[in-house]
Amino acid sequence: MSRLLVCPPDYFKIDYEINPWMRRSNAVDSERAARQWHHLMQVLEQDVGAVLERMKPVPGLPDLVFTANAGVVVGGKAVPSRFRYPERQKEEAYFEDWFRGQGYEVVTLDPGSFFEGAGDLLGFPDTWFGGYRQRSEIRVFPILSDWFHREIIPLELVDSRFYHLDTCLCPLSGGELLYFPPAFDHYGQAALAERITPSRRLVAPEAEALRFACNAVCLGKHIVLPEGCPETESLLTSRGYLPHPVPLDEFMKSGGSAKCLTLALD
Amino acid sequence: MMHDQETVLLQGHIIDSLILAKVLDKILMMGGTFDLQDVQIGKTREEPSRARIVVQASSAKLLSEILHAIQPHGASVESERDCRLAVALADGIFPDEFYATTHLPTQVRIRDQWVEVEGIEMDLGIRVDPVSLAARTVPMGEVKRGDQIVIGREGVRVTPLQRPRDRDVFSFMESQVSSERPHGRVISDIAKRLMQLRIGFREGKAGSKVLLAGGPAIVHAGGREALAWLIDEVFIHVLFCGNALPAHDMEVDLYGTSLGYGHAAGRVVPHGHEHHLRTINRIRAIGSIEAAVKSGVIKTGIMAACVRRDVHVVMAGTIRDDGPLPGVITDSLEAQAAMRAAIPGIGMALLVASTLHAVATGNLLPATVPSVCVDVNPAVPTKLADRGSFQAVGLVMDAASFLRELARELGARL
Repeated sequence: MSRLLVCPPDYFKIDYEINPWMRRSNAVDSERAARQWHHLMQVLEQDVGAVLERMKPVPGLPDLVFTANAGVVVGGKAVPSRFRYPERQKEEAYFEDWFRGQGYEVVTLDPGSFFEGAGDLLGFPDTWFGGYRQRSEIRVFPILSDWFHREIIPLELVDSRFYHLDTCLCPLSGGELLYFPPAFDHYGQAALAERITPSRRLVAPEAEALRFACNAVCLGKHIVLPEGCPETESLLTSRGYLPHPVPLDEFMKSGGSAKCLTLALD
Repeated sequence: MMHDQETVLLQGHIIDSLILAKVLDKILMMGGTFDLQDVQIGKTREEPSRARIVVQASSAKLLSEILHAIQPHGASVESERDCRLAVALADGIFPDEFYATTHLPTQVRIRDQWVEVEGIEMDLGIRVDPVSLAARTVPMGEVKRGDQIVIGREGVRVTPLQRPRDRDVFSFMESQVSSERPHGRVISDIAKRLMQLRIGFREGKAGSKVLLAGGPAIVHAGGREALAWLIDEVFIHVLFCGNALPAHDMEVDLYGTSLGYGHAAGRVVPHGHEHHLRTINRIRAIGSIEAAVKSGVIKTGIMAACVRRDVHVVMAGTIRDDGPLPGVITDSLEAQAAMRAAIPGIGMALLVASTLHAVATGNLLPATVPSVCVDVNPAVPTKLADRGSFQAVGLVMDAASFLRELARELGARL
């Protein structure tokens, strides 16, 4: 049974601009956002069978809804994020409190380091990938590798539209990788090619990558992804996965989609 | 030469992720170079790897740009400490654990800054002035009570020599001395350097002076005219020698013999063994070699050319000297200091036919100065080449042949 941390979008809006997707002029339709979020929750709970842990939203923290950036959780251990932008740094205490309240062993990185949680750290059971340069910094990965006893392959994110690793790379439960190669430099692409055979590398087309096709939640054979990505869906279907497209365009105004709205608690 | 450098550490899963390759590529693409000092590769997938990289750049600005560019990929500057200092407790005695210099470019870290050590020479200590942030080598005998001397190795870094850019004999020298070396090519390369240095010298360019340290065999073997010609043509600007070289050179001028051996006659002449004594006595009576030349008593030869061309001459005496000639420094430490004072500005050194002066001069020279050691005894060039410099060329050959060939190469008709 997969448990996911989520946070209702009660205070979700565009209050600041910290990625190329955010435009304060592009206001969020709060009702529509709430409808889309609840629809996503319904799919996750009813169609996919996930267990949802709901965090209490906090006024003034519009991005708390993106729980993928709460930190990273493995086993009983949680490492809360250290956000790069002051706008999101205020979220750190709430996420940390939530982990502590749930009885996780909380290990913290030095203040002043940048690590944006599962947004920049994801992978297969043995090998993890760490996105750096846009938000997280590379120097946190050797520390996390030591804490979690996992290999972490750092990958530089070279396109500011794909500012977190989970916006352009999604490891699937069967060992395949759904990703958008141009979000990485040739060293990163070569490192991925070295690890994952061509038949297991599923490349999202650019138009769909820009709709955050890779920002998908994969639980077993189920894959929840933003709607409007038919080519990606058929790629996934051809590998035996069950895609669940969900409308999430209100959240794309903030540069987030299905995966950004959840944190795997395993 | 790539002079500015900083050591950086890179760790994590840097091999499979190609982060190490990326960092090294970036250094090269930006025009720097690197020395991969230590790479520890993780034994398991989970275990991290580590690399220690010395980044080198031609300027402090470029170095800083490179460091700035590789820092986001995890390369962190190795935290470095200041050098340790201790006070000399008495004149002429270094503190225990004093740092002994090499002949390579050296820097010491004082208050978080790398400071170039002045007066590079092997086997000395380093004296630091913590107020002016200056560091300079100091011989044991010259250390004064209260001097701040560098101790230990922390905060001291030595820059290995880069291979010189010029594609001549100095650029591909290995520390190997052989009597079978093709002399012609070596001498022709030396001649080319002397030509360039003379142009620099005439333009007043720093580091354009040529030093010759030589023994009396130059005169005995018949190299006197060639050396005098080289001096007259302004190829040699500093001369290190003992008492014998000038004594026999002037003996030839006054008596036509060197050590009693008739140069023209080709045999020992009657009472010839007295000639060098009479020569020394004569010069002592006149008061100085310079006065002897200027008054016309000495007309030809090496010393006459030195006086005419205003060559800086340091004559260092030894315990077997006769006389000695006026101007010969009989106190060894004083002589060493006088030689040391003449080293700055030297761009090339020719060490010819004198074990004593060749080794003494070799010890005073920084490794950055190309040097040629010429001796019929292979032990001398070998000893010099063993100093581990790319730029020490050893030639096993007779001094006179060397000087004549060199002079001819430069246009002399001898």
